[in-house]
Amino acid sequence: MSAAAYEPEVRAGDSLLSVRDLVVEFGGKGRPTFRAVDGVSFDVGPGQTIGLVGESGCGKSVTSLAIMGLLPARGNKVAGSATFDGTDLLTLDQREMSDRRGRDIAMIFQDPLSSLNPVVPIGVQVAEVMQRHQGLKKAQAMQESRLLLDRVGIPDPARRLKEYPHQLSGGMRQRALIAMALACKPRLLIADEPTTALDVTIQAQILEVLRELVVDSGTALIMITHDLGVVAGLCDEVNVMYAGRIVESASRHEIFARPEHPYTHGLLGSIPRLDGTRAGALHAIPGSVADNIPWTGGCAFAPRCTNATAICREQSPALEADPTGIPDHLLRCHHPILPGTDSTHE
Amino acid sequence: MNPMQRKKDRIDKLAEQAAGASADVPDAGKVADTGGVSLIASAWRRLRRNPVFLVGLAVTVLFVLIAIFAPLLAPHNGQTGYLLNQVTPNDPVPGGQDGFPLGADGQTGRDLLSRLILGSRQTLIVGVCATLAGLAGGVVLGTLAGAFGGWVDTVVMRLVDVMLSLPSLLLAISVATLFGRPSQWTLIVAISVVQVPIFARLLRGSMLAQRASDHVLAARALGVKRGPITFRHMLPNSLGPVLVQATLVLATSIIDAAALSFLGLGNPDDSSPEWGQMLGKAQDYFDVAPRLAFWPAACIVVVAFGFTLMGESLREALDPKTRR
Ligand SMILES: Nc1ncnc2c1ncn2[C@@H]1O[C@H](COP(=O)(O)OP(=O)(O)OP(=O)(O)O)[C@@H](O)[C@H]1O
Ligand code: SF4
Ligand SMILES: [Mg+2]
Repeated sequence: MSAAAYEPEVRAGDSLLSVRDLVVEFGGKGRPTFRAVDGVSFDVGPGQTIGLVGESGCGKSVTSLAIMGLLPARGNKVAGSATFDGTDLLTLDQREMSDRRGRDIAMIFQDPLSSLNPVVPIGVQVAEVMQRHQGLKKAQAMQESRLLLDRVGIPDPARRLKEYPHQLSGGMRQRALIAMALACKPRLLIADEPTTALDVTIQAQILEVLRELVVDSGTALIMITHDLGVVAGLCDEVNVMYAGRIVESASRHEIFARPEHPYTHGLLGSIPRLDGTRAGALHAIPGSVADNIPWTGGCAFAPRCTNATAICREQSPALEADPTGIPDHLLRCHHPILPGTDSTHE
Repeated sequence: MNPMQRKKDRIDKLAEQAAGASADVPDAGKVADTGGVSLIASAWRRLRRNPVFLVGLAVTVLFVLIAIFAPLLAPHNGQTGYLLNQVTPNDPVPGGQDGFPLGADGQTGRDLLSRLILGSRQTLIVGVCATLAGLAGGVVLGTLAGAFGGWVDTVVMRLVDVMLSLPSLLLAISVATLFGRPSQWTLIVAISVVQVPIFARLLRGSMLAQRASDHVLAARALGVKRGPITFRHMLPNSLGPVLVQATLVLATSIIDAAALSFLGLGNPDDSSPEWGQMLGKAQDYFDVAPRLAFWPAACIVVVAFGFTLMGESLREALDPKTRR
């Protein structure tokens, strides 16, 4: 099996969170088991941003929820390890995990409106996290949350503090959520498509807030997205996922300069360019993840892959070093698109 | 389908609607008005222009005001047999006249109008108390089931199902027997016990929807504990549909209370008049003075109608499917 092929290797900097062979299976009585995450491994260190990229349904959110211990209590099986600062998070019970959530690791979600409690003022929601982990008194926590709202760029924080989520704009709501996540200065932040629900200009502002956070506080950031523009602007390392597995993993520069996996290639081709240089080349990958065949007995991407051959339908490719010898560029493909051998894309 | 199943289905449908009201996800980027507070604001904006709601509200407010100020509004007291001297074997119920527009309430010669006005009080007290008690019981059980889930949920919902299967009439008789004699309190207990399961099921349904909601997940992702999750994040967002249901239930409580007192299961002491009880007494004079039955019945119908109109239009206003 290829899941174990990606052995922990030495990477720059010491890693804060190290995920190894994470497997998440959903199922239960009467339902067939479904592997949403299938042997995912990655590392993230302080001050580093890594991206988890892939189409809808490829297992990005499930990966992060498994790390956070937030999957539904029943009907799933998690295997592998997620070592955070020496402790395997997957072995902690709910109480221990709850003590760490918000304090060591925090998470922000896609839809800022539905992620905020509609009937509680913003300030109280931010203060709640500090009261929980730092034992602050209410008044003190409110004072702190005013500073925090100011720091994430919410104008007139003293007034906003008392307002309800529906009174804020989308961008401000996401800032408020970021403030909640930052309340206890977590060392790791997982952001699950934090900009998808926002306008383009607001997106850029939110990304700027996150970038400053990583640079100034040395927070480790896991950025989940299907927007390659976000990856280009923020991530040091990129892991491209398909059907529960990482199919390509490399530095940002490598991924954009030399995408070698046909799927990554397709994803990059599918970014529309504003300048129109690729007019007509909007490269939607035909098919969807729904066409997935399981990874056992072949490559899950084969039905949609233009490079697929007989071996792709028989043998599941392993995650291996790039054949041209570029370090830290991992691939899961029998026929990668190597520079010069690109037969399917102009 | 048996009646029990029908009852359950109706409650579950309500809970589903309610879940939709709080959990519907707005289009990306659009400033949506689905937040709890704005939901109420936009509902109110539509209600203000809804004649059905306004009629219901008017009837309800009028009834409540009459009940509160009954002793001031009633032209006479309800006890004195003012018209006793006009009672004859041939005409036992003196008719309307100067100062007594609706005439007497029977052979006792008391003023019917005053007794109707004073009766609104008992009706309101029994209806409101029974609904509040039912609400309290339902909220406790529903919160338990919704917050803990698992076996707590199973046990609580079994209990609720048992309560749901008890007919209120039988229950009222048992409660009255248990207490020794019927009174307005046995009436309240009997009616509220029947309502507990309605509120419990409804609240549990919307609590479960809240449990799966984004903002509860987001709070858990920041380590917020079970207590605050339940009481700050889940319960306040689940109460809306339950409170709407309470206005509807008020209407049924009033009808139930009237029905039970009509059957003699209410307060037997006719010095504090009650509409159902008056209706019951009116049977003795039905051939000579059917108006004795007509007036209390009309009061019950109008008041119950008012609460129903108000409750139904509230529910419609809060139902996302009918919102434009
Ligand atoms: N609780 C669950 N029970 C069963 N299957 C689930 C559950 N949660 C997620 N899945 C399945 O796991 C797969 C991965 O879902 P996931 O939410 O991780 O996708 P994603 O990559 O985050 O997509 P998106 O970009 O849409 O957020 C999906 O096919 C989904 O149907
Ligand atoms: S293994 Fe084969 S099917 Fe899979 S991505 Fe590579 S070429 Fe395509
Ligand atoms: Mg997701």
